[in-house]
Amino acid sequence: MFRRQPFALFILLLICSGCSDSPWNNPYPAEQDMAKILYDHFSGRPKHLDPIRSYSANEYIFLGQVYEPPLQYHFLKRPYELTTLTAAEMPQVSYFDKDGNRLPASAPSDQIASSLYRITIKPGIQFQPHPALAKDHNGDYLYHKLTPADLDDVYTLDDFSLQAETNTRELTADDYVYQIKRMAHPGTHSPIASLMSEHIVGLSDLSVELRKNYNAEEKAFIDLRKVSIAGVKVVDRYRYEIKLKGKYPQFIYWLSMYFFSPMPWEADLFYAQKGMEDKNITLNWYPIGTGPFMLTENNPNRRMVLGRNPNYHGEKFPLEGEEGDLESGLLKDAGKDLPFIDKAIYSLEKETIPSWTKFQQGFYDTSGVSSDSFDQAVQFGAQGDAELTDDMQAKGIKLLTAVTTSTFYMGFNMLDDVIGGQSERNKKLRQAISIAVDYEEYISIFANGRGVPAQGPIPNGIFGSKLGEEGTNSIVYDWRDGKQRRKPLEAAKRLMIEAGYPAGRDEKTGKQLILYFDSTGGGPGSKSMLNWLEKQFDKLGIELVIRATDYNRFQGKMTKGTAQIFQWGWNADYPDPENFMFLLYGPNGKVEHKGENAANYSNAKFDALFEKMKNMDNGPKRQAVIDEMVAILRDDSPWLWGWHPVAFSLHHDWYENAKPNLMANNTLKYKNIDPVLRTENRKSWNQPVLWPLKWLFLLFVLSLIPAIYIWWRKERASAL
Amino acid sequence: MMAYIIRRALYAIPILIGVNVLTFVLFFVVNSPDDMARMQLGEKRLTEEAIQGWKQERGYDKPLLWNSSEEGLEKVTDTIFFKKSIRLFLFDFGRSDSGRDISFDISQRMWPSLAIAIPGLIVGLLVNITFALLIAFFRGTYLDITGVVFCVILMSISGLFYIIGGQFLVGKLMNLVPISGYDTGLESIKFLVLPVLVGLVGGIGSGTRWYRTIFLEEIGKDYVRTARSKGLSERLVMFRHVLKNAMIPILTGVVVVLPMLFMGSLITESFFGIPGLGSYTLDAITSQDFAIVRSMVFLGSVLYIIGLLLTDISYTLVDPRVRLQ
Repeated sequence: MFRRQPFALFILLLICSGCSDSPWNNPYPAEQDMAKILYDHFSGRPKHLDPIRSYSANEYIFLGQVYEPPLQYHFLKRPYELTTLTAAEMPQVSYFDKDGNRLPASAPSDQIASSLYRITIKPGIQFQPHPALAKDHNGDYLYHKLTPADLDDVYTLDDFSLQAETNTRELTADDYVYQIKRMAHPGTHSPIASLMSEHIVGLSDLSVELRKNYNAEEKAFIDLRKVSIAGVKVVDRYRYEIKLKGKYPQFIYWLSMYFFSPMPWEADLFYAQKGMEDKNITLNWYPIGTGPFMLTENNPNRRMVLGRNPNYHGEKFPLEGEEGDLESGLLKDAGKDLPFIDKAIYSLEKETIPSWTKFQQGFYDTSGVSSDSFDQAVQFGAQGDAELTDDMQAKGIKLLTAVTTSTFYMGFNMLDDVIGGQSERNKKLRQAISIAVDYEEYISIFANGRGVPAQGPIPNGIFGSKLGEEGTNSIVYDWRDGKQRRKPLEAAKRLMIEAGYPAGRDEKTGKQLILYFDSTGGGPGSKSMLNWLEKQFDKLGIELVIRATDYNRFQGKMTKGTAQIFQWGWNADYPDPENFMFLLYGPNGKVEHKGENAANYSNAKFDALFEKMKNMDNGPKRQAVIDEMVAILRDDSPWLWGWHPVAFSLHHDWYENAKPNLMANNTLKYKNIDPVLRTENRKSWNQPVLWPLKWLFLLFVLSLIPAIYIWWRKERASAL
Repeated sequence: MMAYIIRRALYAIPILIGVNVLTFVLFFVVNSPDDMARMQLGEKRLTEEAIQGWKQERGYDKPLLWNSSEEGLEKVTDTIFFKKSIRLFLFDFGRSDSGRDISFDISQRMWPSLAIAIPGLIVGLLVNITFALLIAFFRGTYLDITGVVFCVILMSISGLFYIIGGQFLVGKLMNLVPISGYDTGLESIKFLVLPVLVGLVGGIGSGTRWYRTIFLEEIGKDYVRTARSKGLSERLVMFRHVLKNAMIPILTGVVVVLPMLFMGSLITESFFGIPGLGSYTLDAITSQDFAIVRSMVFLGSVLYIIGLLLTDISYTLVDPRVRLQ
C-alpha cells in the first residue's frame, strides 16, 4: 500500500503524532511538555569550551552556566556592579611601593610598584560529578591511569561509569591558582596570556619555563602543581593571592571572566591521557565546573543540553535591583533558591527562518529580531519608540531593548599620507567626512533604527560617557532645541575648503580627491550599504573607491597598514572606559605593536592622559580626564564614531525574570519558566490545518477522471 | 572482471592525487595558514606568538609544496602538502584543525545524511517512475502535454524555494511537522518527513522528464511493436515490457549516485538543521578547516569513482550483452 502511496504513510505518521496531546509539529518529545525546560537555539558550533581559551559570546552561553570565577556581575543593578560568586567577599586589594612597603589605597599610581589581590572563596563548594574526580573506596582515582585499550569502548564522557565511592571533590584555592598557571601553558593558546603576562608577576617567566620542555606534537601532560608563579600563591585551602605589577584597577573585572574560573588538576590530567584526544574527549568539549548547570549533552551539530548540577552549592535570587525592578516584577523571586529551571536545551538553527518560526510557534522561549523578521515583530510609535506589532502583542510576546556595550566605527588609517597624521589639512578632511557621513540615516536604513549614533568611543551606560548636551560631539553635532542635530553639510564643505579640497578637488592639482574604503563585504548583501557610503562621500565631492576583499586579506592589510579607511567594531570585555580608550592608545598601534589600535592613532597628550586615567578610580577626577581625552579624540577624529547597537530581544509570556544584562553571561540561573502556560499556548497556536490536504486529495481524484477516460479509449482503440 | 576492477582501482590513484593537489592549491590560494590560525584562535587579543604556536602544533609551519631548506627527498616530504595528504590514501583522515577526530565525526554524521537520502531516493524513484510511466502511457494526449509543462515549471523553480516554501506551508501554516531539527530513533521520522517531501517535490520535474525520455525511447523499439502486433494491450506493453527494459538505464543511473548518498546535501541539511555530512562540509569551508575540507573532497572523489565502477559492473549484471574487459 505504502509503495503505491507514500502519501498514505505520511498521513499515518501524522495520525501517530496526533495520538499524543502534544502539537504535531512539536520538535520535542511530548513528555517534556510540563517540564521546567528552557528552549533556545544557537547558530554555530562553539569552538572552545576550555575556559582558558574561550573568548566568544556564543561559547559563554554555555561556559557561563558551568564555570564559576570568583566574581560575577549583579543581575539587576545598573550601572553594572561586581559582586561575589564563589568568593566569600570582594577581593582585598593592597598596594606596595618598590621596596615592598604597604601603601594606602589613595596612593598615587606612580608610587605603586605592585598590587596584591587576596581572594577568599566560600568553603563547601563541590565540583559537578565527573569521571576525572571519581575515586574508588581506597581513595585512588578510577580513571587516571587509562591505557588506549581501556578506551576501546569509550566514545563520549558518558561512557565512564560514575558509580564510584565519590565522583566529586571540594573546590579549593588550588584550583584557581592551577587555572592561572594554565594561562602560561603553551598548548592552551590562551588569548589573554600575553596581556596577563604584562600584569601578573611571574606569569611570563613561567611561560618561558614551560615552553622549554613542551613538545607541541606530543602534547604530554605537564603537571602544573609542580611549577610555581612568583606572583600567584595559595595562602590556605580557601584563600589565594595574585600579585600584579603596578596598579591595574581593571583586574577586578577580569576576575569575573572565565579565564579565572577554577580548574581541578585532575581534569587536566584526565583529558591529557593517551587516546583521549583521539576519542574527541577533551576539556574543549566536556567542561567541568561548579556552576548551577553542567553540560549533559554536547552535540553542537544538533543540540547542547545543560542539566542541573546535583552538587550545586546554591545561591539566592538578588534581594535588590535598580529603580523600577520591583514595580516590573523582577523582584518577585527575591531570596528564592537558584536555579529555577531543570534543564536548558539549545538546538542548532543555522538559518533564521526556522528559528523565527519556531519562536512564533512557542517552541523557543526567546528570540532575537533579525532584519528579515523585524517588520513582523516591531513597529515604531508616534514618538519614535519601538513597540511590538499587534500580532506579537496578541501572543503575549515581550520586547526588551538595551544599548549594547559595543561600538561599530569607521576608522582612518592614521599612517596614511592623505587621510592620516596630525596635520591640520588632514584633520579637517577627517572632520568634514565625520559630518557628511550621516549615521542617523545609516541606523535607520541598515539597522532598522536599532542603534544610537556614537559621540565618542565610549558607549552609553559605561562610566565616562555622557548624555545630552554635555555628551554631544561638537565637531559633528550642534545642540539645538534640546536635541543633538548633525551639522549642516555646508559646515563640512567649509572644512573641505579649509583643508584645501574645495568641492572635493585638490586646490593645487585640481584633481578630484579619491579615497579608498577596504571592505570585507562585496556580496549582494552589503552592496546597498557600500552604495550608500559612496553617496555620503560624494556629498563632499570625494570619490570613494570600494576595495572589497575577503576577511583574511583584510586582516593582512590591517596588519601591514595598507588599508586607508575601514570599518570595525569592539565589544566590551568589562564596563570600564579603559576597555574602549585603549583602542586608540598609541602603544597599541596595530602596525607597529600588533595591538588593537587598528587606526594606528598616536597622540602623545592622549597617551599620557590614558596612562593616568586607566589607574584611576571612578569619580569626578577620572571623569575630567576622560572628558579631556574625548575632546582630543573628537578634534583629531581618527574614527567616524559610528554607532552603538541597541539589542532587541523577544521572549514569551511564560519566560520570567528577563532583564538584559550585557556584561553577565551566567544569567540562566535567574530565569524561570511557566510550563503550564507554555503548553496551553503551544496547543492553541499549533492546531494542525488539514483542509489543504483534503483539497489536494480531491484534486488528485478529479485528475484521475480524464486519465481513466483516455486509458479506456486507448484500451479499446484498434491498431489501425 | 576482476582484472578490470583492479585496473580501474589503479587508474583511481592518479585521479585522487590530482584531486588532492587541486583541492590543496585552491584552498591555499584563498587561505594562508595564518588565516586558518586566526579563524581557529579568534580575533580578540590575538598575538603573533599564538598564531605561530598554533601552526607549529598542527604542522602548518612548514612550506606548502616545496621545502628548499631540506635536502633530497625531504624537499618534497617535509611540506604541508605531503604531511597532510599521504595518510589520506590509507583513509586516515587525522584530526580537524579544531582538534576533532575526522573519521569519528564522519562515522557519526553520515547516518543523518543517509536518513534523508535513502528514503528520498526510494520515494523519489517510485514517484518519478510512476509519473513518467503514466505520462508516457498518455503520450500525445493533452495529459502528456500538461504533465511535461508541469515538469518544466517544477524544474524551473530554485531548490531553495522548495525548502523555504515547504517549511512555510507544511511547517508554519499547516503545523503538520516540525519546521526543522533532528532526533534519533523513531523520533527522527517527524523531522525527516518535510525534507524528504521537499526533496521529492523538488526532484519530480527533472526526474519525471528524464524517465519519460527513457520510456519513450523504449516504446519506439521493435520489440514493443512486436508485442503490440501480438495483440497485447497498451497497459501490458507498458508495464510488462517497456518498464522492464527501461529499468536498465534507470538502475545504472541509480547505482552511480548510491555512494554519493553518504555525502549529504549542503543546503537541505543547513536549512532543516540536519547534522549530516553536507552541513559538516559547509561548516568546514566557512571555518577554513582545511583538514575536513580535504578529507571530504577526498572521500567524495573516492565515492564517485566507486559509483562509476559500480555502474560499469551493474551493466554487466542487467545486460548480458555487456562484458568488462
